[in-house]
Amino acid sequence: MSDLEINPNLACHILRLFIREEVLKVGATGVVLGVSGGIDSALAFTLAVQALGAEAVVGVALPYRQSSPESLEDAQHLARSLEAELEVVDITPQIDAYFLARPTDDQNRRGNKMARERMSVLYDISQSRSLLVLGTSNKSELLLGYGTLHGDMAHALNPLGDLYKTQVYQLAHHLRLPDRLLSKRPSADLFEGQLDEDDLGFTYAQADQILYQMVDRRLPPEELTRLGFPEPVVSAVLERVRRNQFKRRPPLIAKLSARTIEIDFRYPRDWGC
Amino acid sequence: MAKEGLVRVSLVQQSPRLGSVEHNLARTAELLAEEAALGQHLVVFPELNLCGYFLKDLVPETAIRIDGPELAELARAAGSATAVVGAVLESRDHLFFNAAVVVGSEGVLHVHRKVYLPTYGMFDEQRYLAPGSAISTVDLSLGEGERWRVGVLVCEDLWHPSAAYLMSRRAVDLIICPSASPGRGIQGRESQLGTASVWGAMSTTYAALFTAFVAYCNRVGFEDGHYFWGGSQVHGPDGTLLSGPADDQPGVHRLELDRGLLRWARIAYPLLRDERPDLLLRQLLEEQADV
Repeated sequence: MSDLEINPNLACHILRLFIREEVLKVGATGVVLGVSGGIDSALAFTLAVQALGAEAVVGVALPYRQSSPESLEDAQHLARSLEAELEVVDITPQIDAYFLARPTDDQNRRGNKMARERMSVLYDISQSRSLLVLGTSNKSELLLGYGTLHGDMAHALNPLGDLYKTQVYQLAHHLRLPDRLLSKRPSADLFEGQLDEDDLGFTYAQADQILYQMVDRRLPPEELTRLGFPEPVVSAVLERVRRNQFKRRPPLIAKLSARTIEIDFRYPRDWGC
Repeated sequence: MAKEGLVRVSLVQQSPRLGSVEHNLARTAELLAEEAALGQHLVVFPELNLCGYFLKDLVPETAIRIDGPELAELARAAGSATAVVGAVLESRDHLFFNAAVVVGSEGVLHVHRKVYLPTYGMFDEQRYLAPGSAISTVDLSLGEGERWRVGVLVCEDLWHPSAAYLMSRRAVDLIICPSASPGRGIQGRESQLGTASVWGAMSTTYAALFTAFVAYCNRVGFEDGHYFWGGSQVHGPDGTLLSGPADDQPGVHRLELDRGLLRWARIAYPLLRDERPDLLLRQLLEEQADV
């Protein structure tokens, strides 16, 4: 048995309770989430529908003209199987208008801009219908910093943030998500043929084992290489975790007063809920 | 009327509203009055049920005084029942304690200030709270018959066996443990969280080793992403599970404790008789002298 294996019934049960309770506590009517056609948003969509009922969950597909048509088909297929609403908002006009004025070939810049455009649409829908934005970033992505700040990393609630990618797959299999989603390789779908694992330079299976030993078990890097993990991958993973710490924290505030937000003005987020 | 020696206990699994004493007090008074009306003798609420757990800077803002109106309101709601409630208590010199207060219609009967304040991992209690400095027991009239010797340990206190041991030296009949235990440790194919397994094991073991009833009352709900798993349970003085573990939903779990089980367990397992506090004390003093 892998160290990463978890009881899927227990995990899904806790995550459904989490979604339901947080939505009820703040008086929202449900959740809205971006549905990309990938495994993470598919799992979050499914858990949300199970937690709140399909009528309280709005899925939104936000394709750009170069996004893979199969991704949209997969999102639509999933929404049909969940009997849930899927709104399609094409972000091509605003993205093309922006880059017409500020042209670039930098795929990262273009990809980040698209991720932030999607976030902007989701937050607008959230406000117009009193919904919370449900996040879909998993623990692997968050630790590796493989996400866009104020883009896909912006949301109110994240049921997947303490699940490694490997565990996301485990829960997705348990909930019998469509085979096409389970078998396709993870992609941010920022350009044709893009694969997460090519960008990262290692596989999630490899990274997850290293992250688990490093984060959950607090093993030092030299112990990891002694256990047989390749040194270059251990270093690359560790460096990504360190370098992307800023993405996981609120912005820094220069302290002046006796009581500064986030430093010594400390209130729980669920204050009064 | 209950048979002599039988005590009717209610464990109330609540999900308090974080930082809202007014709301939680009203709900607690209502539940307490309901249980009293049903003829329950002892009504146990979870740790910090009047204010919520992950308070951070809300500690001073939610603190109450031992002679304040909140506990007086609960005394009025108690009727013939005795309640164990959780609150931040502010002392005369403005220290803030994580306290479990035993309240009856006559007022406050006993206070336990949490001694062991967890400050590691997700916990930060020592940043905000002062530690209690005593482990004690109280003799309570619960139902008909002989008084019960009751000790209250709040959550992390139970992780230090010396606390329960000190109570056992006073021949405690019933250890009550109000708790706000956040679930963690999802691992392998286990059908419960690591935390739940440990709490079950501790309750069983303490009940058996100290030949006393152990009543564990944990809260439910979420605070800032932390999941409180409930699982309230009661073990008899031979370690037998008498009630629970409950699920993770709000609700009241009722059972009867039969005082006769104490006598039987202490005849079958004369552990209290055979304990050697003299040896323990001598060795502790010797080791202290060696340091």
